[in-house]
Amino acid sequence: MTGRAIASLCRLVCGTSVQWHCNPYAATQRIYFGNHSSHLDFIVIWSALPSPLRQRVRPIAARDYWERNAIRRHLATNVFNAVVVDRGSEGLSTAARSAKVDAAETARATTAFIAAEIGNTYSLILFPEGTRCSSGRVRPFKSGLYFLSQARPDIELIPVCLENLNRILPKGEALPVPMLSRVIFGAPVPVAADEDKTQFLERTREAVMQLGDHHGAEC
Amino acid sequence: MAPNADRSLLMLIAGVFGLLIVASGTGWAMSRRFTTGAARETVANINLRIRAWWVMVLLFVLGVASGTTWSILLFGAISFLALREFVTIAPTRGGDHRALVWSFFIVTPLQYLLVWSRWYGLFTILIPIYVAILLPIRAALTGDTERFLERTAITQWGLMICVYFVSCVPALLLLRIPGYEGQNARLMFFLVLVVQLSDVLQYVWGKSIGRHRLMPAVSPNKTWEGLVGGILSATAVGTAIWWATPFTPVAAALMAFVICVMGFFGGVVMSAIKRSRGVKDYGTLIEGHGGILDRIDSLCFAAPVFLHLTRYFYAR
Repeated sequence: MTGRAIASLCRLVCGTSVQWHCNPYAATQRIYFGNHSSHLDFIVIWSALPSPLRQRVRPIAARDYWERNAIRRHLATNVFNAVVVDRGSEGLSTAARSAKVDAAETARATTAFIAAEIGNTYSLILFPEGTRCSSGRVRPFKSGLYFLSQARPDIELIPVCLENLNRILPKGEALPVPMLSRVIFGAPVPVAADEDKTQFLERTREAVMQLGDHHGAEC
Repeated sequence: MAPNADRSLLMLIAGVFGLLIVASGTGWAMSRRFTTGAARETVANINLRIRAWWVMVLLFVLGVASGTTWSILLFGAISFLALREFVTIAPTRGGDHRALVWSFFIVTPLQYLLVWSRWYGLFTILIPIYVAILLPIRAALTGDTERFLERTAITQWGLMICVYFVSCVPALLLLRIPGYEGQNARLMFFLVLVVQLSDVLQYVWGKSIGRHRLMPAVSPNKTWEGLVGGILSATAVGTAIWWATPFTPVAAALMAFVICVMGFFGGVVMSAIKRSRGVKDYGTLIEGHGGILDRIDSLCFAAPVFLHLTRYFYAR
């Protein structure tokens, strides 16, 4: 109920037009990964999905942002059903850092945690750049997507390109300018067993960039 | 009975629906006759456009016939959506964000509030003077000077075209024309009917007998035959409905002619903007037509001139 209202409001404010290069209604488990430029990104992808699929998709959310106050915590747990994780090394608590936890070890633990959370039911929405990029370009991807796809090669990888959202709600602004935006869902990226990490991350990043003409990228 | 629905207005409305029925019938006949190749594509597009016309005419008639407040809300919504399309294709930067938030959520509602409150004096200068002064100040305060001149022009011109010019349509309701009190809704109807018919008839004449290209670099589909035929026939329709206006038949003809010419140039200028940004349409809101700005481009340029001329020659 709240979810439906939020989705309609989001589509109205962001004037989103949606393009699909894969079957929107496929029941397979998927990872939707996209470029990140605005707080609206996750919710725009989420609103663009057909409503039955929305029940079975969970965003990966950074703990430091989504647990900052009661409203965000409520949205994250009750409306979006988020998988809340600590961001890479910069998000680690001081306790964890002082324990000198190895980065690869943390990544493995996070991957196992996410894989357990989604089981054989849920799809994921994630932003492999790790943080928002205000210039409209796409930063190099962090490793999480690689570890996930290695752990669960059966999950489809769907690249998602988001256009204009950094102009609608840029970093640091509270009110949106209601321009028109576009979401493009690409065809699944094939997963090769034992592919090199760097190669995989570059390939998936290419897949996102190729979907759009990155209109407004000069910002 | 709705407040504005006097006899003349009802006749105009009936006439427009008559036209739509004829258009739909013709479209249906054409879809049966042309069943292959490019002609089929064109006919399919024409039928999409006719269907969209039904929706647009219904919305316009409902707005106009429901009285002043609804007319103002209708054009306010059109301005908002048009500005949205304009800013989407125009290259603004992060430093314009606050100025744009103001444009959408303060300037646009305020302009229509001024029409609603009948404050004609401030209505005419809000955007050309106060907004033109305030928004560059706001943008300059962000410290972002990259392409500053260009960005300021984008915001200001977007507001002029999408908000100021469009608000001139419901502003016709403010005019006090002796002997024509309470009938100004028909002036709005006259303007919108003539300008949109001129567009449609230019298309029809162009498609049927158009040979000589007018300005291929800006609008590849416009022809001399379409231009002359469209403007003359739309002017003829405007003259024929002089009885609904405060004008004599000759004056109605002149007004309709000016509206058509302004509308034509509005379309040309708005096309030039699209070309310079490398897009074909401003949006996808109206099926077969493109965006809302593609549909009202001619109205944008015709409305302020028509408002001014009518006020200068007829209003008290």
